[in-house]
Amino acid sequence: MNWLGNNLDLILQLSIEHVRLSILPIVLGFVVSIPIGWVAYRFKLTRGLLLTLAGLLFTIPSLALLVILPPLLGISALSDANLTIALTIYAVAIMARSVADALGSVDPAVRQSATAIGYGSWRRFWAVEFPLAGPVILAGLRVAAVSTISLVTVGILIGTESLGYLFTNGYQRRIIVEILAGVVMVVVIALVVDYLLVLLGRLLMPWTRKQKLVRPQLERLTLATGAGGME
Amino acid sequence: MNLFSEAMAWLFAPERYTGGDALQTRIAEHLFYTFVAVLIAAVVAIPLGYFIGHTGRGREIAIGVSGAARAIPSFGLILLLVLLIGVTQKPLAAIIAFVLLGIPSILAGAYSGLEAIDRRVIDAARAVGMTEWQILWKVEVPLGLPLLIGGLRSATLQIVATVTLAAYIGLGGVGGYIIAGLALRRFDQMLGAALVIVALALVLDGLFALAERLVVPRGVAAGRTSDVRKRSPRARAVAESSAK
Repeated sequence: MNWLGNNLDLILQLSIEHVRLSILPIVLGFVVSIPIGWVAYRFKLTRGLLLTLAGLLFTIPSLALLVILPPLLGISALSDANLTIALTIYAVAIMARSVADALGSVDPAVRQSATAIGYGSWRRFWAVEFPLAGPVILAGLRVAAVSTISLVTVGILIGTESLGYLFTNGYQRRIIVEILAGVVMVVVIALVVDYLLVLLGRLLMPWTRKQKLVRPQLERLTLATGAGGME
Repeated sequence: MNLFSEAMAWLFAPERYTGGDALQTRIAEHLFYTFVAVLIAAVVAIPLGYFIGHTGRGREIAIGVSGAARAIPSFGLILLLVLLIGVTQKPLAAIIAFVLLGIPSILAGAYSGLEAIDRRVIDAARAVGMTEWQILWKVEVPLGLPLLIGGLRSATLQIVATVTLAAYIGLGGVGGYIIAGLALRRFDQMLGAALVIVALALVLDGLFALAERLVVPRGVAAGRTSDVRKRSPRARAVAESSAK
């Protein structure tokens, strides 16, 4: 137990680093998955293709992806960029599907009404379809965020320091508490971020607050995309 | 100097297939750990999932567990269990970790498969006099099979990926080449092994995708349309107006 008391600074510092490494892939994944999800939703032909590709990317084990990306992109294997790109790919693989599903869940009558009162397709998308698809997109974002935060730890194998450092260091020094501290901190960060996303969703989409209809949808989606996951 | 051709050279070198460190041995180890873990996880999770799906009891707990499980870093879990159970029992500790990681997906697949069934179908089964066991075996299990296979698929892929990481503790498997390669800076070896792992994952994924289609009961498959999306309002309007 002594280890814990002596290393609170280290845990805090690694946690901050962990959060820093997690944010970029989550944000990038969200931004990239919107156009991809839209294309998948809009055109029948690309739907199968894009969603199958996303599914296949998601099946690639993380350690293998971290080894394959550097020669493919010409970056160093031992760089933060490698981990960021790999995690962004996973995030897009999760979220592209939920964006496509979310846009598909918007009532066609609403879309038609927006067109009828003169919305162009660009403004209709941002002002009507995107907000209405919001709850389902948020569900995908939550899954992606939690799995990204947990996956960051794998980066320690290619030398990217995060809470994963506590795993390898604790294993080498045979300190159970050190590994446990790492696991607990990762779970805590994941749960806090998940909670913040829910809060953000309520803030940005106040109309979902009392709607019970959204819940089963969220759960189904979580099951479909999130039950698996790569590590 | 192309790293991919070097990786191919590494992959197809004759010495890769002889000796104690032969590729086929490593692949066999990888698959062995995966299948044992998926099997044990299935034995635990399927009955539990069916119980939850059939009775509707414990549903909230199951959703909570599968949600929280995603946050647990599997690499940390393996190392933690190895130290807890003992470094002399590495395979046992690793398999326990794999099983724990596989259970949530299979549990979710089993109960959501039952839950997704139209309630009227179950009511009809009850109305024609089926017992609860008959309803479970003759109605719910066959109809829920595609989603259950989907759960097994996620679990298998998750475990394949985690077995790769478990090479860090010296468990073997194809990931061993990557871990050894990292220390030696042998990028050809790492890349070659990574490609093998990707191929392994894709083949298993493909087999499960095939199984998911094959287990759809004939009566259900017949009534299914190819496009599950709603047709666009415009196309529908055109079709309706031309039908008049």
